Amino acid sequence: MGMTITEKILAAHAGKEHVSPGELINAKIDLVLGNDITAPVAIREFEKIGVDQVFDPNKVALIPDHFTPNKDIKSAEQVKILRDFAKKHGIPNYFEVGVMGVEHCLIPEEGLALPGDLIIGADSHTCTYGALGAFSTGIGSTDMAAAMALGEAWFKVPESIKFIYYGKLPRWVGGKDLILYTIGKIGVDGALYQSMEFTGETINDLSLEGRFTMANMAIEAGGKNGIFAVDEKTIEYVKARAKRNYQIYQSDADAKYSQVYEWDVSKLEPQIAFPHLPENTRPLSECGNVSLDQVVIGSCTNGRIEDLREAAMVLKDKKVSHNLRLLVIPGTQKIWQQAMHEGLFDIFVNAGAAVSTPTCGPCLGGHMGILAKGERALATTNRNFVGRMGHPESEVYLAGPAIAAASAIAGRIAGPEEVGVR
Amino acid sequence: MNLLQGKTWRFGNDVDTDLIIPARYLNTSDPVELAKHCMEDADPTFAGKVSPGEIIVAGKNFGCGSSREHAPIAIKAAGVSCVIAASFARIFYRNSINIGLPILESPEASQAIAEGSIVSVDVATGTITDQSTGKTYQAAPFPPFMQSLINAGGLIEYVKTKMK
Repeated sequence: MGMTITEKILAAHAGKEHVSPGELINAKIDLVLGNDITAPVAIREFEKIGVDQVFDPNKVALIPDHFTPNKDIKSAEQVKILRDFAKKHGIPNYFEVGVMGVEHCLIPEEGLALPGDLIIGADSHTCTYGALGAFSTGIGSTDMAAAMALGEAWFKVPESIKFIYYGKLPRWVGGKDLILYTIGKIGVDGALYQSMEFTGETINDLSLEGRFTMANMAIEAGGKNGIFAVDEKTIEYVKARAKRNYQIYQSDADAKYSQVYEWDVSKLEPQIAFPHLPENTRPLSECGNVSLDQVVIGSCTNGRIEDLREAAMVLKDKKVSHNLRLLVIPGTQKIWQQAMHEGLFDIFVNAGAAVSTPTCGPCLGGHMGILAKGERALATTNRNFVGRMGHPESEVYLAGPAIAAASAIAGRIAGPEEVGVR
Repeated sequence: MNLLQGKTWRFGNDVDTDLIIPARYLNTSDPVELAKHCMEDADPTFAGKVSPGEIIVAGKNFGCGSSREHAPIAIKAAGVSCVIAASFARIFYRNSINIGLPILESPEASQAIAEGSIVSVDVATGTITDQSTGKTYQAAPFPPFMQSLINAGGLIEYVKTKMK
């Protein structure tokens, strides 16, 4: 019987010809990563194991991105644990502020995630690298500790759900809208424990950025991973970045799926997720009048150059609404520099936006844009849980960069057409 | 150790890790500090009123969201002896097993057990008994590999034996 991409990658890393859903395997990992919140716990647990060194310093990545640049003394001490550990174990892929980026923007950019890889990360959005045809999934700190010692981890081979999208996407509708629509349809546990395989002609036309956005939010449907087939666009993206060989896997025609969803998205409207779950999605036309205090454009979901370009297209020669804060946070230093060279910062600053150094910051209510009681934000981030961006009685709405930019201008949830952008 | 008994606290569906331990407290990984804020955004009074040995009963998809192990750590350090839910989010499930927080999946128990009931749980067999009503429920058993992780006292102890 045929296998899916996910099954093939898991089988190859477990040294097996074939694996089936439900099977428990031990698999070798190509990369294990952690951040300034999760890695300190992992390092504490790693030290309990009593081994002298990590299994391979080149296959561990430590990215202090959540509370950096250090927001307070406690955060500074958390980051110091990573820095000291990286030094002690000779880990080259420790990224200090200045070269650091939001981990899931940075890792692919650095060529550390490649097609066919098996990657685990102590951050739930590690599933992002599925955009490159890798199996990647979020784990906790103790799993990270064990993987740093052993170079392998245990997995239950997931069942796969196939999503087929067809039709040309309308203007201002992209990867974020596709994944929000999907989560709205299947629910926040609609893919629990399962692999989400994204396919179809719409996906073939989708940029790598759009695919990263979709894979990133697989976890918001409970998915173990999100994955895409490798195509010319993927090869184009990785060939300039890869420093080692990689393997391309494709799903067999007779691969087995637990479910198949098929959607015509040619008339899809921009999607907005209302508080307090990513499944509470509505098309733009049904949002009503929702006034906003803050808009955030950035994060591992939508902090890439294409996202910033899209926002700039809407914000050009426009002004951010009075008393609304617009924060623009490029995902990495390279994206930051690219945006600067393209003149996007002039557009943002002229509009009245603040541009920040890369950080996860407000996405998880860490710093750099926390909400007061009763405030409302629209963000290109991935979660709108209670208290996610600040006070437990604040609200977060999720959308793509074009809607975010237009909403910042309108002062309420709005599309580009409503603020005079065609 | 395998027989737990305690009063229950009920929570709803899709309790996410931000509700269990908000990110504003994640600049520390000290279990005692984390326990002070356990479930804070779901019920700000919880950490003050929960007593050691008590049990959380919740709906579907408990622990969804972030991979933060601080979530099961906060629950465990608050003294909660186990969590019974209709289903668990994947990473939370894995983290709980890895750190030795007993979790039991039973949609029936999740639906039927009332807040404040006295419930006993046999972790080894997965049998849940509601002492207040006399009803029993059977949680899905762990696969043998996961049971061996639990028996070893969590993943780190398991890895230690493996590396010897």
